[in-house]
Amino acid sequence: MRFVDEFRNADTAHALAARIAELCEPGRQYKLMEVCGGHTHTIYKHGLEDYLPEQITLVHGPGCPVCVIPMGRVDDAMALAAEPDVIMTSFGDMMRVPGSNGSFFDAKARGTDIRMVYSPLDSLKIARQNPDKRVVFMAIGFETTAPSTAMTVLRAAAEGLRNFSIFCNHVTIVPAIKAILDSPDLRLDGFIGPGHVSTVIGCRPYEFIARDYGKPVVTAGFEPLDILQSIYMLMLQLSRGESIVENQYSRVVPWDGNPVALKAIGETMELRPYFEWRGLGFISHSALKVREKYAAFDAELLFSVPGVRVADPTACQCGEVLKGVLKPWECKVFGTACTPETPIGTCMVSPEGACAAYYNYGRLTRTRVKEASRS
Amino acid sequence: MTAGRLDHPAARQPADEAAGPQSPPAEAGEASWVQQALREHDEQAREELARQQEQAGNHEQAGNHEQAGNHEQASPGAARHVHRGSPQPLPGTVREELVLERIDRARRSRPRVREDRITMSHGAGGKATQTLIEAIFLDAFRNPLLEPLEDAAQLHVNGSRLAMTTDSYVVSPLFFPGGDIGDLAVNGTINDLSMAGAVPVCLSAGFILEEGFPVADLSRIVASMRAAADRAGVQIVTGDTKVVERGKADGCYINTAGLGLIEGDLLLGVAQARPGDVIMVSGPIGDHGVTIMLARGELGIEADVTSDTAPLHGLVADLLAQADGVRALRDATRGGVATILNEIATAASVGILVNEDDIPVRAAVRGASELLGIDPMYVACEGRLVAVVDPAHAERALAALRGHPQGAQSAIIGHVTAEPPGIVQLKTAFGGTRIVDLLVGDPLPRIC
Repeated sequence: MRFVDEFRNADTAHALAARIAELCEPGRQYKLMEVCGGHTHTIYKHGLEDYLPEQITLVHGPGCPVCVIPMGRVDDAMALAAEPDVIMTSFGDMMRVPGSNGSFFDAKARGTDIRMVYSPLDSLKIARQNPDKRVVFMAIGFETTAPSTAMTVLRAAAEGLRNFSIFCNHVTIVPAIKAILDSPDLRLDGFIGPGHVSTVIGCRPYEFIARDYGKPVVTAGFEPLDILQSIYMLMLQLSRGESIVENQYSRVVPWDGNPVALKAIGETMELRPYFEWRGLGFISHSALKVREKYAAFDAELLFSVPGVRVADPTACQCGEVLKGVLKPWECKVFGTACTPETPIGTCMVSPEGACAAYYNYGRLTRTRVKEASRS
Repeated sequence: MTAGRLDHPAARQPADEAAGPQSPPAEAGEASWVQQALREHDEQAREELARQQEQAGNHEQAGNHEQAGNHEQASPGAARHVHRGSPQPLPGTVREELVLERIDRARRSRPRVREDRITMSHGAGGKATQTLIEAIFLDAFRNPLLEPLEDAAQLHVNGSRLAMTTDSYVVSPLFFPGGDIGDLAVNGTINDLSMAGAVPVCLSAGFILEEGFPVADLSRIVASMRAAADRAGVQIVTGDTKVVERGKADGCYINTAGLGLIEGDLLLGVAQARPGDVIMVSGPIGDHGVTIMLARGELGIEADVTSDTAPLHGLVADLLAQADGVRALRDATRGGVATILNEIATAASVGILVNEDDIPVRAAVRGASELLGIDPMYVACEGRLVAVVDPAHAERALAALRGHPQGAQSAIIGHVTAEPPGIVQLKTAFGGTRIVDLLVGDPLPRIC
């Protein structure tokens, strides 16, 4: 199939893998973080690690929109959904995320009106069809999804819809990367930069990583060869002792981002002073809220949101997994108490979560792979 | 932080240290379902410890082993590296191997439904459905005929061998490109009988109709049931009708049951798969699921794809007549081919290795799946079967399938391995290896 098979060609992969191996200095270990959960998913889904020399470890980063939502916000959303005449709309990813009283799926089974939508604009359709109901869209995601939320708010305002609002949980990627760089328990050699986020914000915001922290960044696409090529580009920089920002995903990512999308976000949303990230704690200026001008569409103002902070379950180590300090399987409850069927942590929920990706796709060691191919 | 810890030296992880100052302070009032999950986890850990102590006892009788060597029985691979009595932490690969073994045990433990209420996942054909069936239905109805959980039960009546099966249909929309709920309800049940190697004899049909449902639609559905039954050479010999108030059902639901006759001493079942066996599918996969999803019109995607709904009795008859060594047949409905492969791996306690490149998928199905981020391996078919065949007869079996018009695009997609038991592995087109697990739920509800 065109535009897919070219990016999954095994021969090209072998050639790239050989070049990557050549660039490894003997005795040196390399830790590269893929910031974006979409990359984590690709890596496991295509078995990309099979191509990497053992000296290179991929560390899974915090860029999974569902994974970073703290339990308190899920509880807030449930409280909103339980208000009279409310229809809550949400992306499918969010449906399984556990709050302290189960997930959206459980709430739906108890009779709360929660509907899955593929686009925030579908929420407007539901709002138009149900004028006597109040439709609240659970807005989540990084700069990737924020523009579509912004456009939805603008459209709702233009139409004068009175029964639509958003519960805004949009977060921004750069403060999270900075928090990881400042974290003392992790030493990284370079970053595979997020692809979809960069289609909106461009590559310029990552320049501080290369300049101030001396770490190379390569913004990457989502096909396996994209990622393998990005690893090659990172290794090339490391072998030359360079640290710059490069754009592997130039077929989609403009260096300066998408000005229309940025304008829509800027028009409707502004930075919050601080926001709680699951497992990472409070990070200042790391999330967006609805601007006062659009207060009529801000569910946090229209409804009384409990806003109670709920501690993550003590056994859950999502924070360490999100920061890349722990590999998914190193978490105490991984695969026993916490499974995709009954997740305790968010990382086990989204297909982009490192734990879910590892559990669903990667639950085999190299030894097992070898044994199976022998038998 | 003692709740989740496994108190034995081999499984201790460095996580305790890493959790350090960065982790949030423990706060009171952890959710009850979390506590329940952790209690179960502790129970498993205790059982594991007891098992190890028992094994240690056995070892001491046999030789003089220390406790750290207990994993020898569980996995020779891991035990090779275990330093007996050594205080040094285990290398990462060994720790990972131990965790994987712990997960394997957890997956084999008794299924339990943790939810208070039925969710859509319970009907999706994946892990949640399996848990529901095993923990609720099998537990209550347990008997030797039900226990294999095959597509059809196999009965002995007065020297004849009968196959019996039932299936309910709630597909939305009722009419879709390539078929409707009527022929789906007949073909699905015919296929469940065919997978037991049975020749279909007769069907029953039960209808649950919603007040206000157009009679013209019902006539259309019934006509296509008649046509499908004629095609399969069976009659619908008994039935039932119920009507519920508007809003209590979605138009029309159908249940069909079927009886079939198994000839000779043929015995098919997924538990019979053995290492070396060849796995084949009878044509491109995922057509039905993608058709239904697009027919709902919510996605704004148009593609030239129609449901593959069809009776498979003729294809099965040709296969069984022309080739020996067929060990198991399954039609890949809800949960798709991936779910069937997992059922084979679990039932026979074998591994399965499939090649992504060899799996036939139509370009339109692949394209739609790529766009939607779903894997065709999990998308339902309604006219495709998966066959497990003795390698000595594989060529003949493939030729038999390809010789039938419905099996023209049959392909060998992989084979059964001895290791690792219960796990399906996929060699990706990209050249890597990954697991193909059961899905918890299905992104596409009500496809059949």
